[in-house]
Amino acid sequence: MKFKDLARWLEEPIEGVPALENRRLNAVRGFFARLTTPLIPDDYLHLVNPLWSARELRGRVVEVRPETADSATLVIKPGWGFRFDYQPGQFVGIGLHINGRWHWRSYSLISPPARDEGVISIAVKAMPEGFLSTHLVGGVKPGTIVRLAAPQGDFTLTEPPPEKILFVTAGSGITPVVGMLRTLARRDEIADIAHIHSARRSDDIMFRAELSGYEERAGYQLHLQLTTEDGKFMPEMLDEHFPDWREREVWACGPQALLDNLEVYMEEQGRAGHLHVERFTINRTANAGEGGTVKFRRSGKAVEVDGATTVLEAGEKVGVRMPFGCRMGICHTCVAELSEGFVRDLRSGRESNPGERVKTCVNTPAGNCTFEL
Amino acid sequence: MAITDIKEYAHLTTEDVEALGRELDQIRAEFEESLGESDARYIRNTIRFQRSLEFGSRAVLFASWFPPAWVLGTVGLGVAKIVENMEIGHNVIHGQWDWMNDPEIHSSTWEWDISDPAAHWKQTHNHMHHKYTNVVGLDPDVGYGLLRVTRDNRWTPFNLGNPIYNFILAALFEYGVAIQHLELGKVAAGKKDREEFEELRAEVLKKIAKQIGKDYVLFPALTGPAFLTTLAANFTANVIRNFWSNAIIFCGHFPDGAEKFTKEQYRNETPAEWYLRQMLGSANFKAGPIMRFMSGNLCYQIEHHLFPDMPSNRLKDIAARVEALADKYDLPYTTGSFPKMYLQTWRTIAKLALPDRYLTATRDDAPETNSELKFRIRGGLKDTFAGIDPVTGARRGLRSAMNATKKQRGIVPAIRKLIGRPATPAESVRALQAA
Repeated sequence: MKFKDLARWLEEPIEGVPALENRRLNAVRGFFARLTTPLIPDDYLHLVNPLWSARELRGRVVEVRPETADSATLVIKPGWGFRFDYQPGQFVGIGLHINGRWHWRSYSLISPPARDEGVISIAVKAMPEGFLSTHLVGGVKPGTIVRLAAPQGDFTLTEPPPEKILFVTAGSGITPVVGMLRTLARRDEIADIAHIHSARRSDDIMFRAELSGYEERAGYQLHLQLTTEDGKFMPEMLDEHFPDWREREVWACGPQALLDNLEVYMEEQGRAGHLHVERFTINRTANAGEGGTVKFRRSGKAVEVDGATTVLEAGEKVGVRMPFGCRMGICHTCVAELSEGFVRDLRSGRESNPGERVKTCVNTPAGNCTFEL
Repeated sequence: MAITDIKEYAHLTTEDVEALGRELDQIRAEFEESLGESDARYIRNTIRFQRSLEFGSRAVLFASWFPPAWVLGTVGLGVAKIVENMEIGHNVIHGQWDWMNDPEIHSSTWEWDISDPAAHWKQTHNHMHHKYTNVVGLDPDVGYGLLRVTRDNRWTPFNLGNPIYNFILAALFEYGVAIQHLELGKVAAGKKDREEFEELRAEVLKKIAKQIGKDYVLFPALTGPAFLTTLAANFTANVIRNFWSNAIIFCGHFPDGAEKFTKEQYRNETPAEWYLRQMLGSANFKAGPIMRFMSGNLCYQIEHHLFPDMPSNRLKDIAARVEALADKYDLPYTTGSFPKMYLQTWRTIAKLALPDRYLTATRDDAPETNSELKFRIRGGLKDTFAGIDPVTGARRGLRSAMNATKKQRGIVPAIRKLIGRPATPAESVRALQAA
């Protein structure tokens, strides 16, 4: 038997479980999995230390650092299996255990992708109705274990970064851009960056001191738009602040209205191909009980249904091979993962978020949603 | 012939059944609302306890050539396997802990330490058994396609071996469960798709191979000089677990008072009638804290069947509410000591090995199967017992009627002679069926 075959044989029992980067360690893990079947060694190890498991990415909160009155930076040390090769601007899913349940949201990474410190950071702004964000800003203690999802998202800088960049941000939309700025600063690649950032008042500006630091360097100019004093930022103001903006590649992140305006304006100015935007999830209660388009990611099918049609029925309509059993919500054979959007349980009215696994036979779409089927 | 009209049998009107259903929905909503941190801690601690016990027991078995170590390791491993199957595996795969949104303790990802693949079990148990509970011909758990547990099934000479089959099934229970989804009966009759069958069989064999490889090859080999004693210990622990889980499950469904139903009842069933069927079709047994834990809280089989995805640690409190409802609607709430319930299952299995002509009761009026015909024959009982007692103001229903029929058994023969009607209730039922 060749070494390669042996390694494959050893790793066979842990197929379908996230692999460790170290092949040799993975083979050992596979060998022990034959003894711990149907579990894997991680299931025993993580009882000793929650970070000793690659089955599910976990992390430990190392530090919670206030940024403004209602925002904070969380520094997290990821456990086994986390890869630091993400790109600035990407986000991670983070799950926090509150009152018995794991709550799940995505936040932009603000730390440069570097393994040397072994930690990542995210910045969180407490939203008025954001149960989890409020908790993250005000209630998380260092040492707390969180779940993590691998970094993802295509709101990233091109490689190498363009000579001339324009960032347009508002509120907490600054966070992915801070991730980019930090990475550029670390690599000493800040060549010519123009940045327009909107905030309500100067007290509300996240990373104020850090931005001032960049302003002192050559190659970075910041325009702050304080909306309570100066009014809302409109794309037409670009000419006034940065007349050369048409030569720049634009990255924008902020509220829907800002991004919509910017898209329209850039199109009119013939610069549509040079805009990169990041939209945060729409407020879910807005779409309660309305139905919507249900997408099935793996089968690549989609169907529009009303708020009384279950996800199971929706899938069957377009011929997706849906798992099902009792069709009355008791047997759990139809459970599937909701990856985007929101659904509502017909029986209890409870809404589920992305990252939850739901019973498709008794859940109806609350707005557009995507399933891993 | 098993219950065809559940409302008539239960001495309840359509409105009563709907009201009962609403009360049960209310209980479910209240308990779901109250789930929180202490529940999550319960399952996490249970898992930690189980894994530590298993790890410790397997470590002790390295010295299994030393008899006290053998006993300690074997019992420890047996208990660990019971806890893994009952309180953790069964309940997690039922989705009882899905509300935590934890992918590591979730019905969609859990695999258990038993020969049956979790995905198969979700079909045969979660779907077939829990949806069609005790519907003769639909619920695969009524006799497991092997045992005769109700007079509704016609006797054949094969049934003479009933008690022996039961003993073998109990000893090899994990394999009995593992092949349940293969539906060998259908395969033999040529009614199952060959390709599908072969695919399922491969999955079962793969799982069995992993389990056997672990318990009977790898761990014994790892303990070196203790190879044989470790192998014996693992075998014994598996058999202990098999007998135990078989006993717990049989106590939930085969003691006297766990009723059976016909397909006719199932065909037009409302959600409230589904609840009522679960209440009448299941049986509890009395248990202290240790028995509760070791049975995976299936000592509350009635409550588990009403709310299959309710976390097991809550069933005790739910049981108090359900028993109060049974009182209110004068319904039976079948429970008793564990030995009593278990012996009743054996009594039925032993009795039904015989052809019907050696049995005194009919399939409408037997300890293990009743039907609404029972009350039609026992003249006037239904009229007497339905409704409200004018003196006490309490509802008079099925439970009072059942108690009265028990009394009748002693007195009635005497009265019958007195009024010159020699027909026994059993004969009357036969006459009615013939007509």
